[in-house]
Amino acid sequence: MHELGIVMKVVDEVEQVAKENNVQKVTNLRLEVGEVSSIVPDLFKDCFEWAKKRTDYLKECDLELIILEGVSYCRSCEKTYKTTEYAKVCPYCGSHDTYLITGNEVNIKDIQVV
Amino acid sequence: MGDKKHPTKKSKKLKTVQVKTILLNRNVFEGNDKYAQKLREELHSKGVFLVNVMSSPGAGKTTTLVKLINNLSTTFNVGVMEADIDDDVDAQLIAKKTGAKSIQLHTGGMCHMDAEMTRQGLEEFGVDDLDIIFIENVGNLVCPAEFDTGAHLDIMILSVPEGDDKPLKYPLVFEKSKVVIINKIDTINYFNFDLDRCKQNILMRNKTAQIFPISAKSGDGVDALTKHFMKLIKTFKNQDKISEN
Repeated sequence: MHELGIVMKVVDEVEQVAKENNVQKVTNLRLEVGEVSSIVPDLFKDCFEWAKKRTDYLKECDLELIILEGVSYCRSCEKTYKTTEYAKVCPYCGSHDTYLITGNEVNIKDIQVV
Repeated sequence: MGDKKHPTKKSKKLKTVQVKTILLNRNVFEGNDKYAQKLREELHSKGVFLVNVMSSPGAGKTTTLVKLINNLSTTFNVGVMEADIDDDVDAQLIAKKTGAKSIQLHTGGMCHMDAEMTRQGLEEFGVDDLDIIFIENVGNLVCPAEFDTGAHLDIMILSVPEGDDKPLKYPLVFEKSKVVIINKIDTINYFNFDLDRCKQNILMRNKTAQIFPISAKSGDGVDALTKHFMKLIKTFKNQDKISEN
């Protein structure tokens, strides 16, 4: 299960922050997930529900996923385009010389604590 | 009359709970990436070249490594870290067939190695007398590509039966691998596998990938691969500073 490894990283990191800040519990966690980060949101949520029961601070934490759009840049014509529609090939000039600008992120944006 | 109070006003004190937001804006992979870079620098200062080997299960990682290690060990001290979910068949096989120092790591159900697991393995292993260490990552084309292990070089092995379209389906592992080995080339007539198309697909993902078609079983192409590794190890040892992977 690919999502589980990433969930464990997120959970460990948030647990650490909660401990350092002497909070009682974490009630909400917002995570930015890129469209082409190869994370399946539903599976990620299921893994999170399983993992949070085994934590000290996240037992009652809600998870909110913010999906970030995949955008690629073409070096040949210097335009940007939607990655999920055209993948590696630029729709404007047909060049393969492109790279991903956004859409591969897995960022912990913020947490709510009491 | 005057002492009648509205019920809500004579309420007990409500406990107020203060909700606070902590802004993090933290990349989940960042911690691992920093840790990996530190490990890379430490190993470089000891002159140990760490290579992360990725592939699907059954692509021939172990067989390829046995051939390659037997060639390299005439010149260098080679070590192998086998990472699997369970069992130690690979470590035993490598040790038996090459005599190289080997250790088996169990990832405890995890589908990949990360930098911290790599460091733990290396500490147990003892690296000081070694020139090159191969990590045989868990057989999987997705997760191992996402977690930096701290290796100086990522390589991947694709085998003919898997098909020439794999670079299109699993882009990240091909983007990260500087060396791509196409194994089981001796079976090419039995599968609908177009070597040129496969090379094109790989280069589309990674313009600078070095591609080596081999048969680990018959030994075809292994010499060219060995020469390339000899060159890589020498370059690594002469490098003053290493860049990020």
